[in-house]
Amino acid sequence: MKIRSQALAGIAIAAVAALGLSACGSSPGSSSGSAGATGGPTDTITVYNAQHQELTQAWVDAFTKQTGIKVNMRNGDDTEMAQQIIQEGKNSPADVFLTENSPAMSAVENAGLLGDPGSQAIANVPQAYRPSTGKWVGIAARSTVLAYNKTKVKASDLPKSIMDLADASWKGRWGAAPSGADFQAIVSAMLQLKGESATLDWLKAMKGNAKTYQGNTTAMKAVNSGEIDAAVIYHYYWFGDQAKTGENSNNVGLYYFKNQDPGAFVSVSGGAVLASSKHQTAAQKFLAFVTGADGQKVLQTGSSFEYPVGSGVAANPKLTPLQELQAPAVDPAKLNSQQVTDLMTQAGLL
Amino acid sequence: MLSILIGALSLVPLGFVVAMTIATGWDTAIALIVRPRVLELLGNTIWLVVITVPLCLVIGVGGAWLVERTRLRAHRTWAVLLAAPLAIPAFVNAYAWVSVVPSMAGLGWGVFIATLSYYPLVYIPAAATLARLDPALEQSAASLGLGPWKVFFRVVLPQLRIAVTGGALLVGLHLLSEYGAFAMMRFSTFTTAIMEQYRSTFNGAAGNMLASVLVALCLVMLVFEARARGNARYAKLGSGAQAAPTRARLGAWELPAQLGLLGLAIIALGVPLAVIGRWLLDGGAQIWETADLASALGQSLWLGLLGALATTAAAFPLSWLAVRYPGWLSKSLELANYVTSSMPGIVLALAFVTVALHAIPDIYQSTLLLVIAYVLLFLPRALVSLRAGLAQAPKELEEAARALGRRPAAAFFRVTLRLAAPAAAGGAALVFLAVLNELTATLLLAPTGTSTLATQFWNLSSGIDYTGAAPYALLMILLSAPMTYLLFQQSKKAAGQ
Repeated sequence: MKIRSQALAGIAIAAVAALGLSACGSSPGSSSGSAGATGGPTDTITVYNAQHQELTQAWVDAFTKQTGIKVNMRNGDDTEMAQQIIQEGKNSPADVFLTENSPAMSAVENAGLLGDPGSQAIANVPQAYRPSTGKWVGIAARSTVLAYNKTKVKASDLPKSIMDLADASWKGRWGAAPSGADFQAIVSAMLQLKGESATLDWLKAMKGNAKTYQGNTTAMKAVNSGEIDAAVIYHYYWFGDQAKTGENSNNVGLYYFKNQDPGAFVSVSGGAVLASSKHQTAAQKFLAFVTGADGQKVLQTGSSFEYPVGSGVAANPKLTPLQELQAPAVDPAKLNSQQVTDLMTQAGLL
Repeated sequence: MLSILIGALSLVPLGFVVAMTIATGWDTAIALIVRPRVLELLGNTIWLVVITVPLCLVIGVGGAWLVERTRLRAHRTWAVLLAAPLAIPAFVNAYAWVSVVPSMAGLGWGVFIATLSYYPLVYIPAAATLARLDPALEQSAASLGLGPWKVFFRVVLPQLRIAVTGGALLVGLHLLSEYGAFAMMRFSTFTTAIMEQYRSTFNGAAGNMLASVLVALCLVMLVFEARARGNARYAKLGSGAQAAPTRARLGAWELPAQLGLLGLAIIALGVPLAVIGRWLLDGGAQIWETADLASALGQSLWLGLLGALATTAAAFPLSWLAVRYPGWLSKSLELANYVTSSMPGIVLALAFVTVALHAIPDIYQSTLLLVIAYVLLFLPRALVSLRAGLAQAPKELEEAARALGRRPAAAFFRVTLRLAAPAAAGGAALVFLAVLNELTATLLLAPTGTSTLATQFWNLSSGIDYTGAAPYALLMILLSAPMTYLLFQQSKKAAGQ
């Protein structure tokens, strides 16, 4: 017995050693050395990316080409990654956090984990698109829209306010992607503008009225095929599909609620440097690049169709200008993601 | 030693669920568990299991009987074709259907996809057992006056019990743990709801509580299967060679049987393959020209290889213990692992993320952690075949080698290990296949920058880039096909023991 177990121990050690080696061999970026503080070209920074993968990839490729700094991307969703960073705390491997919406960024900020985004990034972005605390900066913006089926819904029958979707007349006729951070950001604006009880009532009505989809694209596709009459999504899904084949959006019209309605909410995507980052300079360089003219032009000319917010770069001419959207004045620092998921869990949507 | 370590690791997910329930606090936990959403998920999940499992049983056993025990024409071809849908992962199957009929959603279509994807899990063991059944029993029953139908239901079916309940359990566990397919069909189960909570809250209390309900469901299913399996003995006693089973004449039933099998093959195999073919044609050459595809293939192969090697290595001490020193220790280790591997990947991943993050930050987001998760999830696949292999390597041979002067370690490596090698390779291949198609644990645990065929396919198909996702679907099917064939062959051998 004893002798045999020695043989086994041999196998065990070999197996563990093999695993250990492979673990070291394939965790890129985990040890990029002490040169990090200088922001030199030998650096590798890790970006926790909740933005669209293609968009951030375009930023990263251009940034690496320009500076030589390599970027490692971990992809996820806004609130998922925010909670992840909060739990990782000081040990977080992330240097930069990019979101699609601001509530997740505020959650990390409130946990005291955001560092200095760098003076260049702050100078690039006008005050309207960054919080007064100066802990993060806007990197892009997107507008809430009601995407409706043009053959099934007359323009005159469209609701005045997003709140009207709670009416019985909309039962079974509209859809959204409630598990996504996009929709949750819209709810957080509603919470801010209309208060807790009105929001909870609306969410409960939504549970009965709305069909739920995995993502905004799938919801828009359902509108296009006439499976539902309308969906609450962001504007750029429609433009992106139109720029390709239009096969998921040719029957779809976009309706902007305007009038400072919660449904006219314009959501700011955020970028921040983590306080725990060991590559502060390189991370700040990345944010400065994203908010700078080169980075913002990716939004203007690329396939993302999100609104640029920095360095005076104009939006893609196909888009309705941001100034005409009559968005409600919402303080991004006050948008609360935690309360939103609690309310949605309470309403049975999550 | 190592086997105890693996046993202890097996307890991490269960311990996590219990610890999280306690940490959440009783009142909050109750509030999060007793709510309409949980009731809705419970209803969905139970209906899914209650409808899909019997459907899989009927198709699986019926198909097995047709190819093994009737004079069906081309039964050899059908035998392989019926097992083939196993090579199409459920989420690829769902993608193929949804991309053509986007309105497919809800319980009915969820059942449809799940049945097509999982009936081979019943069919394969049922066919293997049917091929091996001693016809003497049936002949005795017939000579005592039972008609062919009564013989089937009273003699043949009971003998299939172990194989079929095992298959049914596998189907049930797959139903509980499948994420991608049901997410695409917009059908909410506990697993999809936990994933949604994860996307919104990382490892928030609500998600953890859903996980504990899901774990409870798995345990119920394990107990149910143990009851259904029963204790009766069906082994042949006494000497004498077993006669080849007789095959029933189908007569007028030949045509309906052929048509039925053809219909099944078309919807389970033909449609998904044709749809993927269509998207590949639509996409043209450019969908193959991305660096992502090559890198995802490379990473899938690498993780599959690591997972297969590590799992087989971990299976050695466990099966060695079970074969050479059967007793309470080997039994309880086996049970612990059995329970763990029945846990959905999402629960195991949630547990590992939380435990690694707070207890062992060094292995957080490392390949090591992911591979350990694979080991726990897929260990039984390696165990089953390795145990059979080791049992066929008599310890007397190893002792003889030592008597002839080999050192103990050398004797083990040169004799026992060599004899068990084919079985180990078979088990490793099955684990490789499982890792290749794994989605949820890989999404949560993989190191930053990892993208596998499965995760990349998921990314593209959930963003409804159907043409972009097609090459990934094709590669997963091509890599799965030989493994499925291997499993099919292996089951024929295993049924004899």
